Amino acid sequence: MSGLPARTSPPEVSGLRTPSGVEIPLVATARNHKPDDSLPGEYPFTRGIFPDGFNGRLWTMRQYAGFGSAEDSNQRYKFLLEQGQTGLSVALDLPTQCGYDPIDPIARPEVGKVGVSLSTLSEMEILFDGIDLSKISTSFTINGTAAIIYAMYVACADKKNVAREKLTGTIQNDILKEYVARGTWIFPVRPSMRLIADSILYANDVTPRFNPISIAGAHVRDAGSTAVEEMAYTLANGFAYVDELISRGGDVAKFAKRLSFFFYVHMDFFEEVCKFRAGRRLWAKLLRERYGVIDEKALMFRFGVVCGGSSLTAAQPYNNVMRVAIETMAAVMGGAQSIFTAAYDEAFQIPTEFAAELALRTQQVVAFESGIAKSVDPLGGSHLVETLTDRMEDEMRRVMNEIDAYGGVVKAIEDGWMQAKIAERAHERKKKVDSRETIVVGVNAFERSGEGVPSGEMFKVDPTAARRVVEKFEAVRASRDNAAVERELARLSDAAAKDRENLMPYLVDCAHAYATVGEMVERLKGPWGNFEEPVGL
Amino acid sequence: MSEQAKTHALKGKRILIAKPGLDGHDVGAKVIALALRDAGAEVIYTGLRKTPDYIARIAVDEDVDAVGLSVLSGSHRDLVQQTRESLDAIEAADIPIFLGGTIPAEDWPDLFALGVKKIYTSEMPLADVVASIAETLK
Repeated sequence: MSGLPARTSPPEVSGLRTPSGVEIPLVATARNHKPDDSLPGEYPFTRGIFPDGFNGRLWTMRQYAGFGSAEDSNQRYKFLLEQGQTGLSVALDLPTQCGYDPIDPIARPEVGKVGVSLSTLSEMEILFDGIDLSKISTSFTINGTAAIIYAMYVACADKKNVAREKLTGTIQNDILKEYVARGTWIFPVRPSMRLIADSILYANDVTPRFNPISIAGAHVRDAGSTAVEEMAYTLANGFAYVDELISRGGDVAKFAKRLSFFFYVHMDFFEEVCKFRAGRRLWAKLLRERYGVIDEKALMFRFGVVCGGSSLTAAQPYNNVMRVAIETMAAVMGGAQSIFTAAYDEAFQIPTEFAAELALRTQQVVAFESGIAKSVDPLGGSHLVETLTDRMEDEMRRVMNEIDAYGGVVKAIEDGWMQAKIAERAHERKKKVDSRETIVVGVNAFERSGEGVPSGEMFKVDPTAARRVVEKFEAVRASRDNAAVERELARLSDAAAKDRENLMPYLVDCAHAYATVGEMVERLKGPWGNFEEPVGL
Repeated sequence: MSEQAKTHALKGKRILIAKPGLDGHDVGAKVIALALRDAGAEVIYTGLRKTPDYIARIAVDEDVDAVGLSVLSGSHRDLVQQTRESLDAIEAADIPIFLGGTIPAEDWPDLFALGVKKIYTSEMPLADVVASIAETLK
């Protein structure tokens, strides 16, 4: 019919970009993306790893918690489980993470501060008192001392007469990103890689339902990288572990089934959704193309997320509740297997019980009221989502090629190349906020003067906690069989000096003898030494 | 403040950026280090997990004009106090301490009483941090 304007094509170039710098069309059409007819549960898993999405099983709601002594944290865990949480996530204090006993002078100011102090098996037994380890899955954010904490968890199951093969849960155990972003490294890169391979190979046999590694981009992201870099660095690290395991005689088709991943979700909704779709597809493709893996179970990219982190602000902290809700929706649309929703007060303190509960309620509202978890991959087929998924995959490949060209992740980390890149990115991100190129509500827009952190409900770690931890530590050392401890520690250091010996059985024996985390770390430092941090800016 | 003034605000100043204790969150420290360097300062960064004694010794050896501590683990009170004591013990009482990180407002008065000159949080614009340090070191 005449009179209507002729139909025109949408403009080709819009100048719109995601925070990673990926160009997106003003109006996406079928011409912008490649066809991908795969269904959920089918290679390359663009639309998710399960054919029925969340209908078979909802994601695990797993809130990160832990502080003070084992008794203190045990109480919080029981509270969270009573509130409907379905898995535990243990936050450990810095001495435990860095391999120091609570009586070490450098440890003293940090005991029980950012997590629970866990120095011997005795603390582990108290931490899980009254909690059935055969039913509740437990995730430990632990890296430098991951093999030790895992050994203590196995020993704890033994003590509680829980069959080892029933244990479910995850240790983060991803040391590569610690060198780049999170900083709880202990040993040099190469022996650390060995320890990780030891724990993965041991776990495959002894605790087959337990995830012995969660390869994490989260901390690199929170430190400043873009969403594209977060995924690219994580996949690159993942393949470094795959190569290490293969060199140790591991069967990739077997161990790949127990590799899992961990990311942050920040605020750009579509970029976050597409980051997961693209990453899941790229991992499956590369594992098949480069390593010849056929078994679809081994190609499935399983991941957990944190919603919050550096996207949360101390200014107008209640705005964080909305941020976390939006991020949770992105995680669900991206097909996450487990979600941790950060509390609104996380930007400035350990969450109060009120804030922790509200964070859990946020994802319960998304899960049970919003309806978005019903139809699988509901954004699949959207021209924008498919376009951005394709473009992010291309960008991830480009970043991974850059790392390969440099000489691989281990070299990039040993030289400090990756660390310097992240610092530059963080500086850029900060400058964009300062110049208001990036808007953060309450911080550089719509701010109100004279606004401080809300007072009246500050969480404080019990000031007696550190003293109680130290007293308990001394009591354990006084009551154990010290000759047995020394015998097990000596066997551990002998085994560490041999390249091919799997250290896990020795660590489990040390744990059973109530050797401390610090003692085990010292014996490993003997043959291995310390990581020398490159500090160039 | 003009762009020109910003890049010279700290010209000739030597500043040590240090991470005391076990906290591994070094992004803030590195971003501040880069910003101070952009403002003309010579910046020395310690790397992670340094003891207060070590930090004080480097501060004296490098003849710095200021020490910036970055703490996000909640242990700022102990670590500030120990660093101040370590500096005073080697007759470097004149070297001022600046503090950045996750520092609850209610702790600020105590920290100032312990000798901290200024406290900065991650949401403060870098230009303001640079200007504040320059003003204090004048």
